[in-house]
Amino acid sequence: MDISPTTAPPPPQDTRPAPLPTKAAARGATRPGDRIFLGLSRGSGILLLLIMAAIAAFLTYRASIVLSENEGNFLTTFEWNANAVPPVFGIAVLAFGTVVSSIIAMIIAVPIAVGIALFITHYAPRKLSGPIAYVIDLLAAVPSIVYGLWGALFLVPHLTGVYSWLNDYFGWTGILEWQGGAPRSLLTVGILLAIMILPIITNVSREVFKQAPQMHQEAALALGATRWEVIRMSVLPFGRSGIISASMLGLGRALGETMAVATVLSPSFLINASVLDPGGGTFAQNIASKFAEASEQGRDALIASGLVLFVITLLVNGAARAIIARRKEYSGANA
Amino acid sequence: MRLPTEPLSDLSQDLPKEAVIDMAKRIDVGGLTAYYGSHKAIEDISMTVEPRSVTAFIGPSGCGKSTFLRTLNRMHEVTPGGRVEGKVMLDGEDLYASAVDPVNVRRTIGMVFQRPNPFPTMSIFDNVAAGLRLNGNYKKAELADVVEKSLRGANLWNEVKDRLNKPGSGLSGGQQQRLCIARAIAVEPQVLLMDEPCSALDPISTLAIEDLIGELKERFTIVIVTHNMQQAARVSDRTAFFNLSAVGQPGRLIEIDDTERIFSNPSVQATEDYISGRFG
Ligand SMILES: Nc1ncnc2c1ncn2[C@@H]1O[C@H](COP(=O)(O)OP(=O)(O)O)[C@@H](O)[C@H]1O
Ligand SMILES: [Mg+2]
Repeated sequence: MDISPTTAPPPPQDTRPAPLPTKAAARGATRPGDRIFLGLSRGSGILLLLIMAAIAAFLTYRASIVLSENEGNFLTTFEWNANAVPPVFGIAVLAFGTVVSSIIAMIIAVPIAVGIALFITHYAPRKLSGPIAYVIDLLAAVPSIVYGLWGALFLVPHLTGVYSWLNDYFGWTGILEWQGGAPRSLLTVGILLAIMILPIITNVSREVFKQAPQMHQEAALALGATRWEVIRMSVLPFGRSGIISASMLGLGRALGETMAVATVLSPSFLINASVLDPGGGTFAQNIASKFAEASEQGRDALIASGLVLFVITLLVNGAARAIIARRKEYSGANA
Repeated sequence: MRLPTEPLSDLSQDLPKEAVIDMAKRIDVGGLTAYYGSHKAIEDISMTVEPRSVTAFIGPSGCGKSTFLRTLNRMHEVTPGGRVEGKVMLDGEDLYASAVDPVNVRRTIGMVFQRPNPFPTMSIFDNVAAGLRLNGNYKKAELADVVEKSLRGANLWNEVKDRLNKPGSGLSGGQQQRLCIARAIAVEPQVLLMDEPCSALDPISTLAIEDLIGELKERFTIVIVTHNMQQAARVSDRTAFFNLSAVGQPGRLIEIDDTERIFSNPSVQATEDYISGRFG
């Protein structure tokens, strides 16, 4: 290399693209606006995590105290005497009622919601699809206590006929047997929950179906598919993971719904094979109805049950993610 | 499965015998006008498409080639506001007669689109079998045979025979387009419509498709829209030139003739101008 005395030898870095002046510039954070925004977003992210950790730690701590004093088995006891000394309580009946009523709600709501969403996006004339979508949105805005009041004052009295019909034709299954009590059982709760989660499932599915690629629908049409076959071949497969996500959103709401269930259900601390007869409560309903009269120890027991609901919700979401991920290579995403 | 020889409706029960045996069919279009809502996209088009031949549509973009192509298998009316006046006769039977079910028309007249559109949620096998499954009546072993035959017919078999259960979206663009052709020919249509099937492909895949078109015309009546004049000259027997007098005006058929004549000695000046690159 020629080193002349008048010009400084070029440093080796000069062969690379011009280096950025400072380290901070390399991270793109020199402008004050960027720095403030970075600080704010990072700070609120950390704060959020801290708050959540604090809540979790607090709830777990409170729950662990009362759990260590529990005379019954927390998972299998059919009893809730958490104010007693020593306390005796278990979540078996609550878990049963929560899961069963939510399953009933899903069985009713998902097909109807998917049907409505398909009707809005693929069948209804444009003049009709707008108003229908609007009404569904309105349903989503009704407060849950209103659903509860409607359920107690209208739905319950009107379900007697349905209950006796079910008993007549399907009573032999055991699941739909009815002894004739007031229809304030898990089935009624399931029906009410179905109505409540219908809007969210419908709206999310509708958005997904609207995105179904035109080119694949035309491919099906050009093969001689009828409208329903187009939906089956291209719209539903495309919307599959969306339907699952939508259902999970609905399920999340059904699992945690409190006021409407507490208003309609007559809870009982036994488990019944029939969803028409009294049997079971739900986590949220149990907390709502027991909280006011609970001692400090009783409240801790309710907190423990709330943590179980939290775990169930997490498991459900995890399962949904697994289902969505399983057939990812076939999803519309890599078309 | 609907047999290819079965008429579309009761209207043509008295078809001549030869037409029933010969799978490829002739198309006669008379005074065809198509609208998008109130916008008239093409006006008063009449032409004849000969069986077992390749007819190419050329013309500047927006002149209504795709619209016209889609009126031939009643895909145009799927577009909101899409409306058609005039006649399309398939071997003497009016496709727009009120007794004709458009679903049956589309089973008889297959279509390949500009962008390859295999069903992303289906495997390669299922993509090819999709049309047969729609028709319902098939046996499992028979299905595998038809899939193999169609993939061979589309010159794709050797490339995909070891991965029939993999998704079709994992193939290259050219392979996907040949998969779409296999899907279309699996149901044994009488006519195959192709709307710029190579415009999204590289030159090698384009050549593969052009070779394929040369083979397919032995069995099908083929209509292909193309932007590429060399392609029209290479693959087609007849060429139709479309044009529009001004933007917003409906497109019209200027002339249709043997490809050789269109490219050497067209009878209309506008065709010559377009082919020699003076406009469009
Ligand atoms: N979906 C549609 N809605 C309304 N107008 C359309 C639609 N598709 C095409 N057109 C109009 O119809 C005319 C012909 O279009 P097209 O058939 O796509 O022409 P080409 O295929 O020759 O390029 C154009 O004026 C275009 O704007
Ligand atoms: Mg076009």
